[in-house]
Amino acid sequence: MLIAVIVALAVGTFTFRFAGVALRDRLDLPDGVRRLLPMAAAALLAALAATAALTEAGAAAGIARPAGVLVGAVLAWRRAPFVVVVVAAAATAAVLRLLGVP
Amino acid sequence: MRTVKRTPGPAGRTPAPSAPGGRPRSIGSALRRDVAAIAAAMVAVGASFGAIAVGAGIPVWATVAMSSIVYAGGAQFMAVGLIAAGSPFAAVFAGLLLNARHLPFGLAIGEVLGDRWSRRLLGSHLMTDEATAFSLAQPEGEPRRRAFWFAGIVLFLAWNAGTVVGVLLGGAAGDPATLGLDAAFPAGLIALILPALRDRDTRRVALLGALVAVVTTPLLPAGLPVLLALTGLAVLFLPRRRDPVPEPPPSGGAAAPDREESTC
Repeated sequence: MLIAVIVALAVGTFTFRFAGVALRDRLDLPDGVRRLLPMAAAALLAALAATAALTEAGAAAGIARPAGVLVGAVLAWRRAPFVVVVVAAAATAAVLRLLGVP
Repeated sequence: MRTVKRTPGPAGRTPAPSAPGGRPRSIGSALRRDVAAIAAAMVAVGASFGAIAVGAGIPVWATVAMSSIVYAGGAQFMAVGLIAAGSPFAAVFAGLLLNARHLPFGLAIGEVLGDRWSRRLLGSHLMTDEATAFSLAQPEGEPRRRAFWFAGIVLFLAWNAGTVVGVLLGGAAGDPATLGLDAAFPAGLIALILPALRDRDTRRVALLGALVAVVTTPLLPAGLPVLLALTGLAVLFLPRRRDPVPEPPPSGGAAAPDREESTC
């Protein structure tokens, strides 16, 4: 049973990943639509970042994590180096939790 | 009236290493460092996956197999929870719903995988949120292609190495939230997509998409809200406000647009 679940997940996930790559060639997309694809990806990534920052299992994610992400986002906006953004976000959340902030 | 308020540009600082001239075959040191930062976080989260899976009674071989052949962190955590709860079908369904977003990713960055089938098959398997984001953050062409493969391979190795470490350490692997890693990933994604958001249309699409996803998250099963972010593309089809407003409309309440009112 377990092996069936893992194989189904693996095959399904790979199919999604590969389908986009393969479809890109098969569908002769007009330039207007092609121009939308990076925007669609940006929207998905922004939505991933936003939901990961703000929610946990369908509910609000507490304070420490959104605060950490906010610090990282501000630093990114000010063009801080990527590593600084990531470390500052993690450190902020970790320190807040250490202080007992949820 | 538009106040021209530009963002406080950090004077004279180049935003990104743009590799002027020449075609260095190596990966830029900035990209190497950036990917390494995310890879380090992935080792830690992978370790927590390994520890949680083994702790939930998943055999070691299955835990390691999930990281290498499914290779999708969110779906793996979700599947372990649902398998442990005795719902294998839900584990597959929920995991696949969560991973459906990879299809549009493939549409967007498919060209970086090249024309060879072997590359396409391998590259598809390496396609994660982070690899896609690192890739799209680079200028089109060679830099984008190189960033995808570098991030894709390094992150795959990091995730799988982390899983093995977690399996070995068990409960000692620790909770990634203690280290704040749950904040590190969204912050990293935001940093990667910010350059793309300088484009006004992309920014509007992404902001609306993110808003739709957050608002619908409490209402829908995981995975769907992020897919719904694609509705953000709708802003491109709204009647566009003309940028230079020549004259303010006669004051006295809502300026009636000559076309239709909002048709909600």
